[in-house]
Amino acid sequence: MTQQVIASTSKKARKLSAEEIAEIEHEMTLYPDKKAVGLEALKIVQKHQGWVSDESLLAIAKYLDIPVADLEGVATFFNLVYREKVGKNVILFCDSVSCWIMGCEGMKDHIKERLAIDYGETSVDGEFTLLPVPCLGDCDRAPVMMVGPDLHRNLTPEKIDSIINDYKNRQD
Amino acid sequence: MVTNPLTKNIDMSRPPLDIAGYEANAGYQSLHAIAKGLSPEDVLQLVKDSGLKGRGGAGFPTGLKWSFVPSGDNSPKQKYLVVNADEMEPGTFKDRLLMEGDPHLLLEGMIIAAYTIQASKAYIFLRGEYTVSEQALRQAIKEANEKGYLGKNILGTGFDLDIIMHTSAGRYICGEETALLNALEGKRANPRAKPPFPQVSGLWGKPTIVNNVETICNLPGILTYGVDWYHGLTKGIDHGTKLFGVSGKVKTPGCWELPLGLPIRELLENYAGGMQDGLELRGFLPGGGSTDFMLPEHLDITLDYDEIAKVGSRLATGTMIVLDDKTCPVGMVGNLMKFFAHESCGFCTPCRDGLPWVDQIFRDFESGQGSEKDLQILHDHVTYLGPGRTFCALAPGATAPLGSGLKHFKEDFEKHITEKRCSYKH
Repeated sequence: MTQQVIASTSKKARKLSAEEIAEIEHEMTLYPDKKAVGLEALKIVQKHQGWVSDESLLAIAKYLDIPVADLEGVATFFNLVYREKVGKNVILFCDSVSCWIMGCEGMKDHIKERLAIDYGETSVDGEFTLLPVPCLGDCDRAPVMMVGPDLHRNLTPEKIDSIINDYKNRQD
Repeated sequence: MVTNPLTKNIDMSRPPLDIAGYEANAGYQSLHAIAKGLSPEDVLQLVKDSGLKGRGGAGFPTGLKWSFVPSGDNSPKQKYLVVNADEMEPGTFKDRLLMEGDPHLLLEGMIIAAYTIQASKAYIFLRGEYTVSEQALRQAIKEANEKGYLGKNILGTGFDLDIIMHTSAGRYICGEETALLNALEGKRANPRAKPPFPQVSGLWGKPTIVNNVETICNLPGILTYGVDWYHGLTKGIDHGTKLFGVSGKVKTPGCWELPLGLPIRELLENYAGGMQDGLELRGFLPGGGSTDFMLPEHLDITLDYDEIAKVGSRLATGTMIVLDDKTCPVGMVGNLMKFFAHESCGFCTPCRDGLPWVDQIFRDFESGQGSEKDLQILHDHVTYLGPGRTFCALAPGATAPLGSGLKHFKEDFEKHITEKRCSYKH
């Protein structure tokens, strides 16, 4: 049945890598049914590919034998699953209430100006994508933001400049 | 005696204690007490006697919640414990401290809770953004497994437990316990109809207890030092200590473990250092973004669940967001409305359509387009999105700062209409 669903779309499932499959298989030992692994698999693929393309989504649905529409429903529900290509570093910018009181709007304007991107956009050099995120739970050191897995606190325009430079200069 | 059971091991200037360091400071003693002959019923009674109330926001008695789980030979064999570590309430930053600072405390508490309800599998539903917590907890789980505190036949009790880390992928609604269960099952995180309650039919239809991180972290102390000691901690009516936080324009924002029952003034002035120079206190949300505004006249009220409820708000998460006199209250409520509108799961109509409408009106106020009619529409939404009108508690949570904000800061709303601008902006 899953085969038919995939055949009806114009895109084809890509081949999951051995690493991706190994990690998905590990998750399958932790949950009693395959559907529960869907979100985990999306995150695993995103970790390796940077985002979840249609081809990746089809591959996961096929591998776990769950309907494509169900998996797409899950993928589009959760804001940390990226269904569009993102930059090398995703900036999760907290604009919730404590950060707002502490002046995060000015910090956001600074990023916007510095990288020439607004929410949902990626810088021309492909380095940064800027996304809003609900309260990051570090309100006593507001304003805060994450870049990739790292939290940055007590933001000022100067601090933001130096953070951006640090990530730009990273070799990987 | 210990007066800060939640944070006694926490020193954020160094990594969290490993299992040896944790055990050296009375850690995991409760498991040895269980192994010496405390039955699940005994532990349940201790937790009931302690008077512990849930620290996630609702303040429901923990022992009572656990007692709804079916027990005995005819009950379902598989039961689950789920820890709600999806901290995302605006202005709330307490569970992060516990998980980054002392991960073994959470694990010990989880083992106690799982043993009591006889759950052989426990999931930690952790916010995806909490990457430091994830590392600390994964390391602690590894150590506890190696030590035999997790796995098969723990300390010869015949009780088995596996703890599984689930890192989530966003969305505030996952903090609602039935939405959380759907997310764990790999579904869209829409809340479920209640009843059946998770205690009877939760994760994959099995009896499930969902508890907040801080609630679970209270358990090791209760078992190790006893109920009398626990009752001796409080300065007020409700039992135990609690993490209290203050954010906003105070001199020293932070998070502290304090006995329940202290006056709010003490938290705000002694711990948070009072308002920054040149600023006056206008009001505060006592326990995160879903609570009603309180005013300077309420500073002598004590930090107890029932005392704060008497003035129409909630202690909830215990993390206070402070509004000063140079910050626009309309802007602050508008920020919260944007958050709630964005985080609505979209399942039920009043929430999905009502909150964006409210959000849009706040944007209009901000740009000087607000009218008296808009103000009436906001008032109407306090009713239409209130408790009992929506499928879950998200929209009623939004009406708390909305309704109280409209009431306490009426003149600010009016001024936005008459001056056609926000007068706090220069």
